Amino acid sequence: MVFDVEVLVTPRERVLDPQGKAIEKSLYRLGYGGVKDVRVGRVVRFQLEAADKNAAREAVKEMCGDILSNELVETCKITAEAAVI
Amino acid sequence: MRVSVVVFPGSSGADDVARVASDVLEANVDMVWHDEDRFEEAPDLVIFPGGLSYGNYLRPGAIAAHSPIVSAARRHAENGGLLLGIGNGFQILTEAKLLQGTLLVNRTSKFICGTFHVMTENSDTPFTRGLSKGEILRIPVAHKEGLFHLNEKELNRLEKNRQIVFRYTDPNTGESGESCSPDGSLNGIAGICNETGNVLGLMPHPERGVFAHLNGGTGAVPLWQSIAKHFSERSVLQ
Repeated sequence: MVFDVEVLVTPRERVLDPQGKAIEKSLYRLGYGGVKDVRVGRVVRFQLEAADKNAAREAVKEMCGDILSNELVETCKITAEAAVI
Repeated sequence: MRVSVVVFPGSSGADDVARVASDVLEANVDMVWHDEDRFEEAPDLVIFPGGLSYGNYLRPGAIAAHSPIVSAARRHAENGGLLLGIGNGFQILTEAKLLQGTLLVNRTSKFICGTFHVMTENSDTPFTRGLSKGEILRIPVAHKEGLFHLNEKELNRLEKNRQIVFRYTDPNTGESGESCSPDGSLNGIAGICNETGNVLGLMPHPERGVFAHLNGGTGAVPLWQSIAKHFSERSVLQ
């Protein structure tokens, strides 16, 4: 089966995120006073062939540990859905 | 003495490092492309230079850490060989788990380019035995992702094991630590080594602090002399 995978990598809660801070400041300047805790991450999307959804998720977890994220400072949120062909 | 300088796509500091290795260390220098899976001639010292390997995609050093030459460098280090990572080279070594910690975006989120002072915290590594403990070096710094980060428990262990080799310092007050670091590095860390002391990574660029006619001055010369001394003493012993 082919899966559409999306990995959302974001900095862990207690890790400094100066980019998020800068964006928060700009939003505040633009008048969006209610905004807080802005965090910036990245999205990695790809297609993956795997036996089933579980196998797909396990494989992506491994990829996160190997290269897609640095578990010291980042967390990964994985979604894998059967691709519509 | 033989030095291998590893070149990744995006390494910009390789030529500078090679120049210092040949002029100051008086070494035979091999430039080694990252796709190689071994060093043709066994090096005494392997250097991962600075730059922006693979454009720092994902994270600084993340992709470079999986290049074939990194396995060869790992074997070299496991056999006791010296491995030095400078700037992006340091980031690659942390991503390859040859050194602990990670380098985050500077506290100010700005690129820092200047010359800063570091204090020698551990003068008992093969790299620093020619320096004295507390000796202050003035070394050029140029990075955006240089904030050394590690969880508290492991950071304490690093301190206890004396793996902090260089710490940013204020030469006027003699203070050192986070407040003296231009990038917000925890505990003011500018450079660390592995447990056995033969792998050293630092964010400042000692290859840019060698030639008097360049802006960086000559403040890093004692570090290179210290490395040279290690090898000259070793060859006498052999």
